[in-house]
Amino acid sequence: MVLIAVSLLALGGAAGLILNAFQSNLVFFFSPSQVAAREAPQGRSFRIGGLVQPGSLQRQGDGVSVRFVVTDTAHDIPVVYAGILPDLFKEGKGVVAQGQLGSDGVFHANEVLAKHDANYMPPEAADAVEKAKRAAAMSQKTLIDPRNKP
Amino acid sequence: MIPELGHFALIVALCIAGVQAVLPLIGAQRGDATWMALARPAAQGQLVFVVIAFACLAWSFVANDFSVLNVASNSNSLLPLRYRFAATWGSHEGSLLLWVLMLNLWMTAVSVFSRRLPSEMVARILSVMAMISIGFLLFLLFTSNPFERLLPAAADGRDLNPLLQDPGMVIHPPMLYMGYVGFSVAFAFAIAALIGGQLDATWARWSRPWTTMAWAFLTVGIAMGSGWAYYVLGWGGWWFWDPVENASFMPWLVGTALVHSLAVSEKRGGFKIWTVLLAIIAFSLSLLGTFLVRSGVLTSVHAFATDPKRGIFILAFLALVIGAALALFAWRAPKVGLGGAFALISRESALLVNNVLLFVAAAAVLLGTLYPLFLDALGLGKISVGPPYFESVFVPLMAPAVFLMGIAPFARWKQDQPLDLARRLKWALAVAIASALLLPFTLGLWTPLLALGILLAVWVAVAGVVNVRERVLQLRASTSVPVSTALRRLPRGYWGMLVAHFGVAVFIVGVTLVRGYEVEKDVRMGPGDTVAVGGYQFRLDGLKRIQGPNYDATRGVISVTRDERPVATLHPEKRFFTVQQMPMTEAAIDTGLTRDLYVSLGEPLQDGAWVVRVYYKPFVTWIWGGAFLMALGGIIAVTDRRYRLARRDAIAPTTNAPTAVAQVA
Repeated sequence: MVLIAVSLLALGGAAGLILNAFQSNLVFFFSPSQVAAREAPQGRSFRIGGLVQPGSLQRQGDGVSVRFVVTDTAHDIPVVYAGILPDLFKEGKGVVAQGQLGSDGVFHANEVLAKHDANYMPPEAADAVEKAKRAAAMSQKTLIDPRNKP
Repeated sequence: MIPELGHFALIVALCIAGVQAVLPLIGAQRGDATWMALARPAAQGQLVFVVIAFACLAWSFVANDFSVLNVASNSNSLLPLRYRFAATWGSHEGSLLLWVLMLNLWMTAVSVFSRRLPSEMVARILSVMAMISIGFLLFLLFTSNPFERLLPAAADGRDLNPLLQDPGMVIHPPMLYMGYVGFSVAFAFAIAALIGGQLDATWARWSRPWTTMAWAFLTVGIAMGSGWAYYVLGWGGWWFWDPVENASFMPWLVGTALVHSLAVSEKRGGFKIWTVLLAIIAFSLSLLGTFLVRSGVLTSVHAFATDPKRGIFILAFLALVIGAALALFAWRAPKVGLGGAFALISRESALLVNNVLLFVAAAAVLLGTLYPLFLDALGLGKISVGPPYFESVFVPLMAPAVFLMGIAPFARWKQDQPLDLARRLKWALAVAIASALLLPFTLGLWTPLLALGILLAVWVAVAGVVNVRERVLQLRASTSVPVSTALRRLPRGYWGMLVAHFGVAVFIVGVTLVRGYEVEKDVRMGPGDTVAVGGYQFRLDGLKRIQGPNYDATRGVISVTRDERPVATLHPEKRFFTVQQMPMTEAAIDTGLTRDLYVSLGEPLQDGAWVVRVYYKPFVTWIWGGAFLMALGGIIAVTDRRYRLARRDAIAPTTNAPTAVAQVA
């Protein structure tokens, strides 16, 4: 009896511990458009993804800090990062960054992820660009809507 | 011609597997000795054809046959020979063929080393394994044919992913698969025992060495994967809680629980139902791992193609295997008797708690790995669960498990006195607490987590030594043999346990110290610049361009000194693979017993300088050293005399089930 009670208690404790840790360590993903629409949280770590804006990569004086812009073709988010970028980080290619959004609207990344091989785009990044393009196509469609025609 | 031969060999192997899955099983039910006897030659014949298929594929890679799609996509004529051979399992199709090859090796091993097992048992085991083999052969032939032709042939191949062009890659997958697939033996033993209704101590004793062996392979495989990530990915981390790593870690956790629960089943006849369930779950998690890694659900270096047909096939197979196994379990398990009773303070209790903790840990990893996939599949948004989750769960779960590791070998089966245990262990505990309080100070920093790590590691190690001393004293009290003889008389199974537990202590030292005292610096370095990290001076002497077989590279020359004395010269490289148009970082590491010096090149800056990553990693090699000790412990335990004796005993029918031989006679 004691044994069963003890093990149940232990199991319950373990489950509580796990779920609590799980809850507080989930990292959500937001696209640049969502960030621009202020859907992303302030002061909590999250991920953004998209394409590195061509020509946006700037290296700071110390050589280690970098600035670049992540875009989903509709909205842009400036990102700062101190550290070595992954091998496959390239302008015009997909990227995912994890970090926090500053009050100045700059994303402070503490981790930048690219991909494992040249043909692959991080799924989050691909998704963000896809959504933005679809949104753009929708607005295009409304423009040429027959009802709007004179 | 050769590829067609390989394809044909696979089809023949499938036919043999079909025979092996059906006839011996029916034979075992009906007591037909001839049908049962089919199992062994069928298993060995199947292996022959799978080996032929594998050899054909390997030959196509080695001989640069670019008319085979698989070769054209994953190899190149400039690729060095050893990587062309390793590329055989560097693709999705090839790695599945390796899976089937491993399964067949295990199956043949069972057919050879089971002379003492009752023939119905062998027939059922081999038949269950053949069913698994059928599933994977069908998968290969219908969705992932490794021999598919490319007509017209490509002039040259698209080359192997540069990340995989590494010696570790040559050995890591076979080791890992030996472990993964090895759990199919434990699974087949459990299913065979459920079908035959013979879940007794003998079954546990037969099953144990196979399970331990698979577990040892899996341990080595995971350790090698972790080592690969450490020096190939160029970040200096050794575990990222990446879903692909988790996929191999879950079967390991459950497998570890299984190894321990089998001990109770063998020695005390207890935990039998739980053991069977663990065997089913361990193999199911191996299959799930294969599904996660191979279906393209996860995008990583391991996911080759995203063909939905493949994912659905594995998922269906997974559902079928797990569903059938659990249904059989639900039907037969209630008939299994309970083992001997035990008190709250006993070795059984300790092992039970160990099992619960390992199982909960596996469940926590499963949650963290699958939940993001479910959310994504249901279109509810994209999330990721990072290392902080896993770390905050693992420390509190594993700390009590490791603490128990010190106590359990002292505890008697059935019942023990807590006060007596405390008396026998008080010195070990005192040494552990003293080291935890003092050691971190001598290393320069004291934190609760560091102290906990050192406490646990020293505790396990010292408790092991005290345990050996106690055993030797006991032996000498009764026989008065010299100490060396007494040490030799202790059984191998016992030594194996000690070595594996000692490996855990070594592993904890590595994890704790690298976490607590590592120094990581990303700095800008031009030729002639010096940076100090962890008491060492790193000087960039210069950079030069070099030419590899299938890449161009910039190689840095960095000399390391300590107190003006030279320590090492490191040559980190930034390679650019010409065929895949892909850059790669080749870190340079000076490995030592107490520290690694790790240097890798980041990116070039305008003025000839580079961003350089300079790491000081104390005791990092202990992480893998510990893992290898664990595996070594497993291998030592498997060589225990008891398992060989057990086979001899089994000649006499020990089971109460009617034997087939009797019925035939």
